[in-house]
Amino acid sequence: MTVDHTVQIRINGEHRRVVEGISIAALVSELGFDPVRVAVERNLEVVPRSTLDDVKVEDGDDFEIVRFVGGG
Amino acid sequence: MNVQSPVGADSWTVAGRTFTSRLIVGTGKYKNLEENAAAVEASGAQIVTVAVRRVNVSNPNEPMLTDFIDPKKITYLPNTAGCFNADDAIRTLRLAREAGGWNLVKLEVLGEAKTLYPDMRETLRATEVLVKEGFEPMVYCVDDPIAAKQLEEAGAVAIMPLGAPIGSGLGIQNRVTIRLIVEGANVPVLVDAGVGTASDAAQAMELGCDGVLMNTAIAEAKEPVMMARAMKAAVEAGRLAYLAGRMQKRRYADPSSPLAGLI
Repeated sequence: MTVDHTVQIRINGEHRRVVEGISIAALVSELGFDPVRVAVERNLEVVPRSTLDDVKVEDGDDFEIVRFVGGG
Repeated sequence: MNVQSPVGADSWTVAGRTFTSRLIVGTGKYKNLEENAAAVEASGAQIVTVAVRRVNVSNPNEPMLTDFIDPKKITYLPNTAGCFNADDAIRTLRLAREAGGWNLVKLEVLGEAKTLYPDMRETLRATEVLVKEGFEPMVYCVDDPIAAKQLEEAGAVAIMPLGAPIGSGLGIQNRVTIRLIVEGANVPVLVDAGVGTASDAAQAMELGCDGVLMNTAIAEAKEPVMMARAMKAAVEAGRLAYLAGRMQKRRYADPSSPLAGLI
């Protein structure tokens, strides 16, 4: 956390600063994705979709945001 | 499997879900999503395999597979392709379950990049963990009747032995082991990987498999949509031939016209 009220996190391996206190759902939406079409892992734990609105992003969090793609 | 049922009602059931198409197709390697969707349509498949990958944070507007193949109409079977140990596969499927909302998944844990042969020790370990967590894993495996039995005992809802290495198109290399797996299994058996052309798919079905899973054979055909049609017909033909019961092979000729009444 810093004086500019942002926190540092990682999303899919890339560092990023986001506004302190933002929810995971808001973060996903801000990135341009529909939260109902992705799955989110936070620090190696799956975040249930039903709680994405409630869980706040914290400094140092490591997120994986995934979706279905073509595969065999 | 009910061999007595009329052909029109032929279906198979995995983990309580019943399907009339015995062809499962992958959704990788297509030129574009339009062609992919057209091939799925032509194949008649009711299940498609899909991969779980990171979203592209720098381009949120990339077209989505779900816009082209409707998961409400076609069952998405998330796979763990690219996972080389049990932990990565389990982690991937936990995310897949959250993304899709269902427990039916395809587990594959690979042993090495060159052959993409399954690592059966890790595959078995992952199966045990997934079953404990409520997953219903259809499991990609070696064509080994003992390994297949062990997977079934661990709770695999379907056994999916390779016919040949993934993406090789070499066809079924060991018909004996595939037949032995089919004979010994109490869950559906599907040949997964190695099919190159329609006769390979028909052969898998003639051996008594409940279905066939393929990707490259369709996606890398010169005309993928036409090959998808061919595979649909081949799977149906092979299934019918299996149900019909083939004639015995003979060492020598046996005339088809009566010998009596010859002038």
